[in-house]
Amino acid sequence: MPPEPLLRVQGLRCGYGRIEAVKGVDLEVAEGEIVALVGANGAGKTTLLRAISGVLPITAGAIRFAGEPVETMRPHERVARGIVQVPEGRQLFGPLTVLDNLRLGAFRRGRARTEENLERVFSLFPQLAERRDTAAGALSGGQQQMCAIGRALMAEPKLLLLDEPSMGLAPFLVEQILETVARLRREGVTVLLVEQNAVAALSLADRGYVLETGRIAHSGTGRDLLGDPAVREAYLGV
Amino acid sequence: MAELVQLLFAGLTTGAVYALVALGFTLIFQASEVVNFAQGEFVMLGGMVTVFAYQAGLPLPLAALLAVLVAVATGVLLHRLAIEPAKGATVVTLIIVTIGASILIRGLAQLVFDKQFHALPAFSGDAPLRLLGAAILPQSLWVLGGAAAIVFGLWLFMERTLLGKAVRATAANRLAAELVGIDTRLVLALAFAVSAAIGAVGGILVTPITLTSYAVGTLLALKGFAAAMLGGIGNPVGAVAGGLLLGLLEAFAAGWISSTYKDGVAFLVILLVLFALPHGLLGRRAVERV
Repeated sequence: MPPEPLLRVQGLRCGYGRIEAVKGVDLEVAEGEIVALVGANGAGKTTLLRAISGVLPITAGAIRFAGEPVETMRPHERVARGIVQVPEGRQLFGPLTVLDNLRLGAFRRGRARTEENLERVFSLFPQLAERRDTAAGALSGGQQQMCAIGRALMAEPKLLLLDEPSMGLAPFLVEQILETVARLRREGVTVLLVEQNAVAALSLADRGYVLETGRIAHSGTGRDLLGDPAVREAYLGV
Repeated sequence: MAELVQLLFAGLTTGAVYALVALGFTLIFQASEVVNFAQGEFVMLGGMVTVFAYQAGLPLPLAALLAVLVAVATGVLLHRLAIEPAKGATVVTLIIVTIGASILIRGLAQLVFDKQFHALPAFSGDAPLRLLGAAILPQSLWVLGGAAAIVFGLWLFMERTLLGKAVRATAANRLAAELVGIDTRLVLALAFAVSAAIGAVGGILVTPITLTSYAVGTLLALKGFAAAMLGGIGNPVGAVAGGLLLGLLEAFAAGWISSTYKDGVAFLVILLVLFALPHGLLGRRAVERV
């Protein structure tokens, strides 16, 4: 029997009020993988991530993380277990400094390792070190994204949920962010990546899922999905 | 000159209490967008519990400590039993919930205590100090010093501790706070607890001067809210400035016009300020950044 994946989502349903945005999704992420979740606007990608993080209640289904059911846990308990999300649109603490944003990322971690992790984040994103005393709201878009990823890394994620990290960034910054994702995986972080930029995401990912109006329409290795004519036509715009 | 100094101290003393109530409003509003009209009841509880515990034979410092604890427990229960279950309700609904809670607390205080006015002995005697021809009550200095200590302590907590920063983070972006692992429900409970403690201390400090009864909370909540609006709601510096300014306005209105119009003048000025500056003196424009 193969070992249980790090994250296993089964029959997940959730939404906003009477609108069901995710209609029974099964999804797995094995330890050490990069898994891409692609699909059109409004397909339910962000909703799915919010449900995994616990900031959105689910109406049905199960979420197991590292062999433990987490679907009834509150968000902070899931962060403590290593499920950490970089939300869409960065969502930094605007009035607080970059350093405070990063320190708050380590809210569930011991103070001892905070300084060590800070060094790690600053070596990954030297620009943040230079602007550590700036209010996060005053950073440029690219720096804000670095700060958001840095803040998540401060929580020592086992599973990093990245929601549209390249949104609104210049192409060279997109490349830099995606390189960072690849580097994090080499350092042992498992990544679930949501992207509109499906070609880039699937090229980087080991496996991918295509979400269509709240359901998984296709799944497979990144390479297979990139080569699948149906996927190419519907989602990759080629 | 003597009259000016006299009015100045009278105004700053009442203003300090308004500032503490306004600070309580601000703290809860920042963390939750709830405007807590039960804020005045914390001041009432601070004074009344101290009075009755002191009359029952407890030494004054212990009676005061007990009063703060009772107020904190009330604040936490208010959050747990009234605010938390109404999560997701509109701001107006939440305001009505807190008004209801304040009526309940006042009613209970009337039952548990009584309807009389009560005083506490001044902490360090009643002999007035002479300053530039004015007579200053030593208790005024306790009120001013106590309020300054609270403001400084709160500033230290918010700016220098990780927990304080977690409160500010929750105020800045609730979703992000949850995603970094801050238990936002706990932060809200903490905001209610700290607000209650601040209000109670204000009530204890000022009771030797102004007396207290079960019903003093209503007007204090209104004045404190007005002070918070005057300074710009959601801004702690504005809350303190608004409180002091309101106290001074009242004192000078009472001294130079008529004490009959004291409350009226204060509210009139606030109306004028809010017509001209809807965000208060130090308030930021509410701009949604995307």
